[in-house]
Amino acid sequence: MEIKWYIFLSLALFCIGIVGVLTRRNAIIIFMCIELMLNSVNLLLVAFSKMHLSGVAAQFPTLASDAQIFVFFIMVVAAAEVSVGLAIIIMMYRNTHSVDINFLNRLKN
Amino acid sequence: MTNIIHLIYLVPLLPLIGFLINGLARKLLSRPVVSVIGSGVILASFVISLLIFFQVRQDGFTAQTISYFDFLSAGKIKINFAFQVDQLSTLFLLIITGVGFLIHLYSTSYMHEETAPGFARYFSYLNLFVFSMLLLVLGANYLIMFIGWEGVGLCSYLLIGYWFKNTIYNNAAKKAFIMNRIGDFGFLLGIFWMINTFGTVSYHDLFNPQNGIISSISTLNSKTLVGITLLLFLGAIGKSAQIPLYTWLPDAMAGPTPVSALIHAATMVTAGIYMIARSNLMYTLSPITMSVVAIIGLSTAIFAATIALKQNDIKKVLAYSTVSQLGYMFLGLGVGAYTGAVFHVMTHAFFKALLFLGAGSVIHAMGGEQDIRKMGGLGKHLRTTYITFFIGCIAIAGIPPFSGFFSKDEILTAAYSNNTLFYIIGVLGSMLTAFYMFRLLGMTFNGKFRGTAEQEHHLHESPPAIAIPLIVLAFLSIVGGLVGIPEIFMHDGHRLAAFLSPVFAQSAGILAKHESSAQNEILLMTISSVLAVIASLWAWTKFRKYKPTVDESTGFAKVLENKWYVDEIYDTVIVRPFRSLSVFFNNVIERSGIDGLVNGVGKGINYGSRQIRLLQNGQVGNYILMMVVGILILFIIQMFAK
Repeated sequence: MEIKWYIFLSLALFCIGIVGVLTRRNAIIIFMCIELMLNSVNLLLVAFSKMHLSGVAAQFPTLASDAQIFVFFIMVVAAAEVSVGLAIIIMMYRNTHSVDINFLNRLKN
Repeated sequence: MTNIIHLIYLVPLLPLIGFLINGLARKLLSRPVVSVIGSGVILASFVISLLIFFQVRQDGFTAQTISYFDFLSAGKIKINFAFQVDQLSTLFLLIITGVGFLIHLYSTSYMHEETAPGFARYFSYLNLFVFSMLLLVLGANYLIMFIGWEGVGLCSYLLIGYWFKNTIYNNAAKKAFIMNRIGDFGFLLGIFWMINTFGTVSYHDLFNPQNGIISSISTLNSKTLVGITLLLFLGAIGKSAQIPLYTWLPDAMAGPTPVSALIHAATMVTAGIYMIARSNLMYTLSPITMSVVAIIGLSTAIFAATIALKQNDIKKVLAYSTVSQLGYMFLGLGVGAYTGAVFHVMTHAFFKALLFLGAGSVIHAMGGEQDIRKMGGLGKHLRTTYITFFIGCIAIAGIPPFSGFFSKDEILTAAYSNNTLFYIIGVLGSMLTAFYMFRLLGMTFNGKFRGTAEQEHHLHESPPAIAIPLIVLAFLSIVGGLVGIPEIFMHDGHRLAAFLSPVFAQSAGILAKHESSAQNEILLMTISSVLAVIASLWAWTKFRKYKPTVDESTGFAKVLENKWYVDEIYDTVIVRPFRSLSVFFNNVIERSGIDGLVNGVGKGINYGSRQIRLLQNGQVGNYILMMVVGILILFIIQMFAK
């Protein structure tokens, strides 16, 4: 498959993520959208890695898998980040009985 | 004894110390202490100067430059703080400290009515003035001279405005300062030009006969030299009160009388003469400037003399006579009679200080009255003052064998060999001098007393501190000329010329010699002295019976009385347009332009921030939107920039 399809898919996912973050007020959905954006970037990373190293892979099999492993690391870090994020949202719900982010504009004053 | 020259730094240092003590501790010191410190330091300087003078007089002395420290070094330019010890500077040292000391002594009595702090302030200014003047004279390059030059300008301002509560006096002080600044501007440009062309301003590098830069120039009237000399002369015009910058000097009479004697007659105004005499070689090499100097000098001499004819303020007459005498000195410089000019500086210092101090004594006796129409008959009451003033008048009128005769005659003789017209106008001017001086003498000291009865009751001879300087100066006015007896009367009689010859030797080599015959010279002298005597007698007989008249003078007399309306002309041509321009700048440019700009920026930022602040509305979504928009903009820029 050509690389462009991967890029289109990734771009589409990223845009969905952005639109979700911008339009939705529910903190959990915003959070999911952020994850979506993150993973679209991951997808891009894997796709490019595959593209650049397709020729080299024959001679250096270990090199070809470097970027893929890198993506796993990102996923691990993202998982850790999700746990922190969810914890914050839970704390927010406990305090306000709502997950509406407009409730958080108190910092304004 | 051989090392006395190395004590030269003490000469200016002592007055500086006196200035610091009197100035800083003015609230603590009593009047006698201030007097002793103020006059003592000058006396000490005088004694050291005298010792140095005897050293310099010895045969085989060559000019020395004593360096103390690097004053300024930038790139290739290196200017030392150095003192020049040679015949010219030593002579000026003697005049400044000698006459200066007498005037300090005089002031101790004249200013005794001031409060103690005011008294100390006065003496500290006076000491600072002497310090600056000594620095001016001693400096071994034009930059050090310029420091002293500015210093005397400052002191002049401070002393003219000594009674600073009087607005008129303050204005006179400001006028003096500003007029001087105009000249200083020229002087400064001259120095810059010199640095630019020659890379040095030191006298030694410029003028020494072996490898001096100027000494190696042989072309006359090179553009650079003419330019530099003209600019330097502009400085001299300001400082020495020549046309067109002379009007500050008569106004400077607002200061206490001893100040007029010291600054505006004996020393400061001669700074211009000193400077040109110091740069004589440069001037000799640019005859165009020489003619300018001579013409300006001569016109000032005659112009100021005509004004002095109709003045009624005792100090104003003397002030205009100073301007006129300075004109003679410049005439001397302009026709190449450098020795004559310096000689006239010396004799003028004696008799003009004497006349001013005498006038001070009169004003003192009259209780502050300065109008000679209200005086008369003072000779009976103030015998010492009368006799010494009389001597001063004879000296300034140029009647032999008093000092003024010798010096003025030397200048006039030199003027004759240069241009007969100069001589004729010069003699006319000296007749006017004799006339107005004896008019002053007659109206002040002879005839009947015209003041109030109360004033007459209070008339008294001044105390010894005033009388002694008068007597000493009168003595010097009589014999001062004997150091310069013309060659025709006595072989080697002109000891001053012999003394100063090393300074002017190079110029003398270049200047064309006009040897006038002895007969001719005697004839010239006879003409000028006889005319002076006639003018004196005429004025004296006419004005000793002066009766006050009420009718306004008309025609030419009125023009003279109003000083040719020069002040009014300056006022209309320069001061007022300038004032309107300043008002315009103040109201329009300053207020709407600069203020508008500055305030506008402030207001704009204030308004803008108030609007932009609304963006921070606390909606997280908005912030994220902004972020996305920003990223998009960066993205687009990135795409199109390539």
